[in-house]
Amino acid sequence: MAEFRTCPDTGFKIDLNADKLIKWNAVTAVVFLLIGGLFGLLVALTRWPAVHLLDADLFYLALTAHGLDVLLVWCIFFEIALLYFTSAILLNARMVFPKIAWIGYWMMLIGALITNVAVLRGDSSVMFTSYPPMMAAQDFYLGIILFAVGALLGCLVFFATLHVARKEKTYEGSIPLVTFGAMTAAIIAVFTILSGAIILVPTWFWSLGLLSHIDTIMYRVIWWGMGHSSQQVNVAAQIACWYAIAAILFGAKPLSEKVSRTAFLLYILFLQLASAHHLLVDPGLSSEYKIFNTSYALYLAVLGSMIHGLTVPGAIEAAQRKKGLNKGLFEWLTKAPWGNPVFAGMALSVVLFGFLGGISGVMMGTEQLNLITHNTIYVPGHFHGTVVVGTTLTFMAISYWIVPTLWQKELVFPGLAKWQPYLFGIGMGLAATFMMGAGTLGVPRRHWDMTFADSAMGFDFPAAANLMMGLNGVAAVMGSIGAAIFILNMVGTILWGKAKVPAAAAPAEEAPAEPNVTGAATSYGSAGTMEVPGTFVLAMIFLVSFVLYYFVNWKYLSSVWGLS
Amino acid sequence: MGIFPPPQRVWWNQPIEKSEVMWITIAFIWALVMFFMMPYWHLVGEQNLSNEAYKIKPEVYAEKVETWAAKYTVREEGDTGIPVVRPPAGSDVYMLGRLWEWWPVLELEKGQSYRFHLSSLDWMHGWSLLPENINIQVHPNYEMIFTVKPTSSGEFGVICNEFCGIGHHTMVGKIHVVDK
Ligand code: HEM
Ligand SMILES: [Cu+2]
Ligand SMILES: [Cu+2]
Repeated sequence: MAEFRTCPDTGFKIDLNADKLIKWNAVTAVVFLLIGGLFGLLVALTRWPAVHLLDADLFYLALTAHGLDVLLVWCIFFEIALLYFTSAILLNARMVFPKIAWIGYWMMLIGALITNVAVLRGDSSVMFTSYPPMMAAQDFYLGIILFAVGALLGCLVFFATLHVARKEKTYEGSIPLVTFGAMTAAIIAVFTILSGAIILVPTWFWSLGLLSHIDTIMYRVIWWGMGHSSQQVNVAAQIACWYAIAAILFGAKPLSEKVSRTAFLLYILFLQLASAHHLLVDPGLSSEYKIFNTSYALYLAVLGSMIHGLTVPGAIEAAQRKKGLNKGLFEWLTKAPWGNPVFAGMALSVVLFGFLGGISGVMMGTEQLNLITHNTIYVPGHFHGTVVVGTTLTFMAISYWIVPTLWQKELVFPGLAKWQPYLFGIGMGLAATFMMGAGTLGVPRRHWDMTFADSAMGFDFPAAANLMMGLNGVAAVMGSIGAAIFILNMVGTILWGKAKVPAAAAPAEEAPAEPNVTGAATSYGSAGTMEVPGTFVLAMIFLVSFVLYYFVNWKYLSSVWGLS
Repeated sequence: MGIFPPPQRVWWNQPIEKSEVMWITIAFIWALVMFFMMPYWHLVGEQNLSNEAYKIKPEVYAEKVETWAAKYTVREEGDTGIPVVRPPAGSDVYMLGRLWEWWPVLELEKGQSYRFHLSSLDWMHGWSLLPENINIQVHPNYEMIFTVKPTSSGEFGVICNEFCGIGHHTMVGKIHVVDK
């Protein structure tokens, strides 16, 4: 039978199984962020022409490990923790099938370790995309498959817990928006993992010699069916966290449940097929398919993200204005708790994700514009704008609330924590920007030597390209210090943090005490007709930047050689 | 509040905030504009990648390129031993990617259109023409054909931007473009 404790900060009824699983998944995630982040730093220092730290073979090994450990292992372990949190805890429900959840956890961990060993052994430096016909050792694929099946089990436990919570009526009416967002993530995750199975299982057989040939186009189409949707899992999870943080810190309710939920649904409906933006310059696909796939499936999902981009800050603005911060357009924003890492991390990630990751992604995903960005370092620039200053920064922000709350401990370095989101967000935001800048000059991604010193024929990049890769290195160091402070703070808090004096000791702005929270839930009416002019102005600034940047790139495209 | 069930059970009948309606309308129009830009560029733009491609065995492709290159070789590129091939203006040109070179070096005329054939003999490669910054994914077993019209002259580098093993960063080829 499930046992519960009551959270002194929030009043939530916490299933002890869920409690433990969330903690283990989250801690494991952070450990892999540490490992993967270190590899990232080594990679960035190698791509800094004046430093050029690693040898070629180690560079490609480190890059493979970096992609796997952060994109796959860190994000997904953290997301599993979020799934358990948003189901069992937010619904005051018991966790169903905790044993299966543990099996899932161990499969993920063992899978991640197997793949890491294969990579570190040096015979599987194939990048996390593992495009055939380049072949990794068989255990490289086996580890990923195990990891994926483990994650699938986690999703199943989540759905089962939702189902039982509904049946046992642990909550009334509809599930909360945050849980709804997490459910979106979980549904896409199931699709993602199935695509992964369709492509990686045959590839594993191929590496065992049981299959003689993997078609490279088919591989890229299906692999990106997984690779792309998994990014939508990240986005959905991250946006669920944004709504959660808005609710926790401000008691904010969404402007309209209908709009926010529909925006999540757009992700489910319009993302699954969208793998073609990775294949816009590949042979063998028609332009009709490319355009249909990227725009049908992508622009409506982009619409979803643009909606969240308005409703999340809008919800905060509405809540702040209700509290009387009503002066001018932006008092609600200037008086926000910028010194609280939960808020600062979230606010930065909303802005950086939109401006750096969002705009560049849509630009690159345009059939013709992809010609001038494909496989340049613009691409890593783009996704450090999404998955690093978006997803990772958001996960960091919510950790500053989840860890002290679940463990009931005080942060060990609250002073450092104040600065951490800025160091990490701005550092990695700059890194993303410099990578995009260098990519515009044609600097390739996944490349050890942009001076081509060992080639029969060379090519000289303009000095600006070298400069930008150097600045990328500097910014990456800054970002890495930010990441290190986060990890130190989390691990430190868990190991040596002072126990919280229940409830009263909770910093007021961080975790509202129980009456506050439940009061907000029952007594707030609809935000209804409340205007959010400040947010609207910000959204228009975003749109104008988007439009300008988009057309600047068309202009750039029109100046290159003719192709038809 | 987002972390609790919506206060009204029937949340889908709640009114939608005015700024939301406006924003959704604007964003949707923008999505349509972006959508129509792609077909529009197919009609009026000069940079559209053709999707013509055929399955081909690497050996067959290699032979095709070598026979063709032998016919039109005009000199060697410096002391690299790599032939410089100058096909008649407006004809078919071939390039192949293999570990770790783009072969052969080409000499093209500015302002002429060429039918450009591209394939890989082994792994995937990334054909990246610099400083133009035109990038194409090259697969083994697929021969891609597109029309290229150099609009500037000089010496252009072709580097590889799809990871293809330990010599990936040494894979550089060249295209000379001469004024008529
Ligand atoms: C400590 C902070 C980080 C630094 C300094 C860093 C730096 C870099 C650099 C320089 C590359 C590049 C490039 C190349 O193509 O040569 C790279 C690739 C990549 N990074 Fe990061 N990164 C960091 C954190 C992250 C995080 C948190 C994620 C994901 C959540 C991430 C995901 C990736 C992925 C998926 C790649 C592509 C790997 C590949 O091409 O196979 N990075 N990173
Ligand atoms: Cu994608
Ligand atoms: Cu290569």
